[in-house]
Amino acid sequence: MATTPAPAAGNGDLTSRALREAFYAGIIAFGLFVLLIGLKTDQNIRNELILVQRWGLLAIVVGLVMVVRFAMVAYIRPFMERQKIVDKATGLLPDSFAIRFFRAPYFVAAIAIAAILFLFGSAFEVAVGEHLSVYVGLARSLAIIYALAWLFFTFRAFIRTNLAVIAITVLILYPIVIVAVFGFQGSLKWVDNFGIQILIYVMLAWGLNIVVGLAGLLDLGYVAFYAVGAYSYALLGTTYGWSFWILLPAAGIMAAFWGVILGFPVLRLRGDYLAIVTLAFGEIIRLVLINWREVTNGSAGISGIPKVSFFGFFTFNVSDPNYIAKVFGIAQSGAYYKIFLYYLILALALLTAFVTVRLRRMPVGRAWEALREDEIACRSLGINTTNTKLTAFAIGAMFGGFAGAFFAARQGFVSPESFVFLESAIILAIVVLGGMGSLPGIAIAALVMIGGTEILREMEFLKKIFGADFTPELYRMLLFGMAMVVVMLWKPRGFVGSREPTAFLRERKAVSGSFTKEGHG
Amino acid sequence: MEYFVQQLVNGLTLGSIYGLIAIGYTMVYGIIGMINFAHGDVFMVGAFIALIVFLLLISLFYSVPVAVALLIMMIVAMLLTSLYNWTIEKLAYRPLRGSFRLAPLITAIGMSIALSNFVQVTQGPRNKPIPPMVSQVYNVAGISISLKQIIIVVVTASLLAIFWYLVNRTSLGRAQRACEQDRKMAALLGVDVDRTISITFIMGASLAAVAGTLFLMYYGVVVFSDGFVPGVKAFTAAVLGGIGSIPGAVLGGLMIGFIESMWSAYFSIDYKDVAAFSILAIVLIFLPSGILGRPEVEKV
Repeated sequence: MATTPAPAAGNGDLTSRALREAFYAGIIAFGLFVLLIGLKTDQNIRNELILVQRWGLLAIVVGLVMVVRFAMVAYIRPFMERQKIVDKATGLLPDSFAIRFFRAPYFVAAIAIAAILFLFGSAFEVAVGEHLSVYVGLARSLAIIYALAWLFFTFRAFIRTNLAVIAITVLILYPIVIVAVFGFQGSLKWVDNFGIQILIYVMLAWGLNIVVGLAGLLDLGYVAFYAVGAYSYALLGTTYGWSFWILLPAAGIMAAFWGVILGFPVLRLRGDYLAIVTLAFGEIIRLVLINWREVTNGSAGISGIPKVSFFGFFTFNVSDPNYIAKVFGIAQSGAYYKIFLYYLILALALLTAFVTVRLRRMPVGRAWEALREDEIACRSLGINTTNTKLTAFAIGAMFGGFAGAFFAARQGFVSPESFVFLESAIILAIVVLGGMGSLPGIAIAALVMIGGTEILREMEFLKKIFGADFTPELYRMLLFGMAMVVVMLWKPRGFVGSREPTAFLRERKAVSGSFTKEGHG
Repeated sequence: MEYFVQQLVNGLTLGSIYGLIAIGYTMVYGIIGMINFAHGDVFMVGAFIALIVFLLLISLFYSVPVAVALLIMMIVAMLLTSLYNWTIEKLAYRPLRGSFRLAPLITAIGMSIALSNFVQVTQGPRNKPIPPMVSQVYNVAGISISLKQIIIVVVTASLLAIFWYLVNRTSLGRAQRACEQDRKMAALLGVDVDRTISITFIMGASLAAVAGTLFLMYYGVVVFSDGFVPGVKAFTAAVLGGIGSIPGAVLGGLMIGFIESMWSAYFSIDYKDVAAFSILAIVLIFLPSGILGRPEVEKV
């Protein structure tokens, strides 16, 4: 809105300015929402569209916008300005504020609250009654979240230096802890919806990172390679019954092949022309999958895709003679397969990370980074830009293909629905939000964006607060889109905005992100 | 032959709508060098506003002449859709101006997701059909031309004339062209760059709103996800014509319209989008900066 920075003004001045801005914001919000929120198009019994009036909701929304705008101008913005002077923002929150917020006594208090609510939670819930009982659970989760955040903040230096080791340890222990806490049946949701889902996106984003983050080629159709991998496994697996372990590399090779096919025509294109052609390529693949019904079964998709076996030693099909429960003599459960898949995708994602880290130190990786920084300089130094671009497309696509094959095995069903442009956009958003080229940053971005939207499905307590017909899932993508905007405005260079050169002389120096330009293909 | 001319007419109609949307893409690209991914959804919002105005009109007045109704729909849609695009620019793009190139692209994609889901949440996920507004069909030498198609082509042509005048003959248009060439120099010479960019977004959104109204009138149905496909087609059209060039956007829009209607008529309707996208790729191989685009001069 008003772009002038707040001058050192008196308090009354600020309040009147905030009131004025809130008033303007209210007028704009009224204009934006008067038709789309104030009136709802609905079908009556005769299937005609009628308008339903919702002026109350409109008033609430406009009022909220005004309050937020007022708070923004009167309190939040001056607060942020002061914080900036006190401490240059480096972490998630300005340090000085964070130090005041994360104090040891608070941590002890949070742990105590969480423990009390865990032990006597049910008694409390009975005591406060049906309506307020949700807040008990909410308070418990908030206390746990605070305690975790405190740990992160207090040991941030240690975490930063040993990030890879800590992250891998946590990821390996995650299913074990979950099973220990929730049991096999209760762990399904946490391992599948959160663990596997997030790791798939981490792997896809790391794969795309090779194309966008390292080689600087803007690819808006990455999901096409994901689709190629998924359909390769689905088609070959259902038709010939070949094993996942043969088809996984095959899917990667197929996807890499398509990456090269896409790479050839776009070699001469730059920047946004490249973006639209990759987008078009993604759409072409999806449309072919929909329309080539003889092979792909159209939009109905392919079902009955075989499960992955543990290298043939034991399987996860209940009917097989070497079903895992029979081999080990344990109770039957669907959770074994999910946990196995979790470790499989973890291994695949770590493979992607490992290959990326190693490739960056090889000539081809350095050529990618040179290409990203300046194509003309790169060519002048004798680097073959054709080969460099094609290898970036091929290797990025290969990891997309691996992830696709895994996706098909996990779902047991693929259809073109899963490979829409939105997926490409989400993956690209994760790469950019994480800080292009930075593997930990991208993993954090995937955790925040995918985990954040998945957790919305779990917000049952919102239902109790807002009424039974409130479905948080509906707002999932709306919030996702807004979060993309907010995170980008807050950290335009992503969560990890500086990068270290992989080639250096004598000493390693971090280059601030603002010195480098990137993504001009 | 008649069949061919018939497809030509259909393609012209479709191409006019794409062209109107494509201008919004190409102008924004020309002036700040970003792909406004939310533009397709702005078009969809325009169609929804037109829909709601239409329903308001028929519920408030017993009968409204079609021409008046269309005019009111268009004007209200233009005003409110412009407000949307203006707000989006202020909130999501302006703070990132001067940041690195992918940042506004990501906020634009975020805005696109947010807009379509906003409409889904507030207006419901179902198709919104309206009763046909105009249904006359004329038969000229064996070719059937509906009044709808005539309205679309006439409205598009007159808007383009007004638009051409604005860009080429007014001080506003001069300011826009100056910002397009060199934003810093334009600012030094007293052009209010922020205001010019805002106006560019408003102009793009008004054209998209008209396209949305015409789309609603032509197909008689709109749904929250309708922004994506026309948006991508229009973007394709803008790139095909040479992004940044306004005549190129119109030309590209018409080309995409023709390709689509010809392909569905002579080959297969399923693959019409594949044809449009493939031709884009083929054209760009030979003309890497589009048909009417200025070739990029690289300065080292």
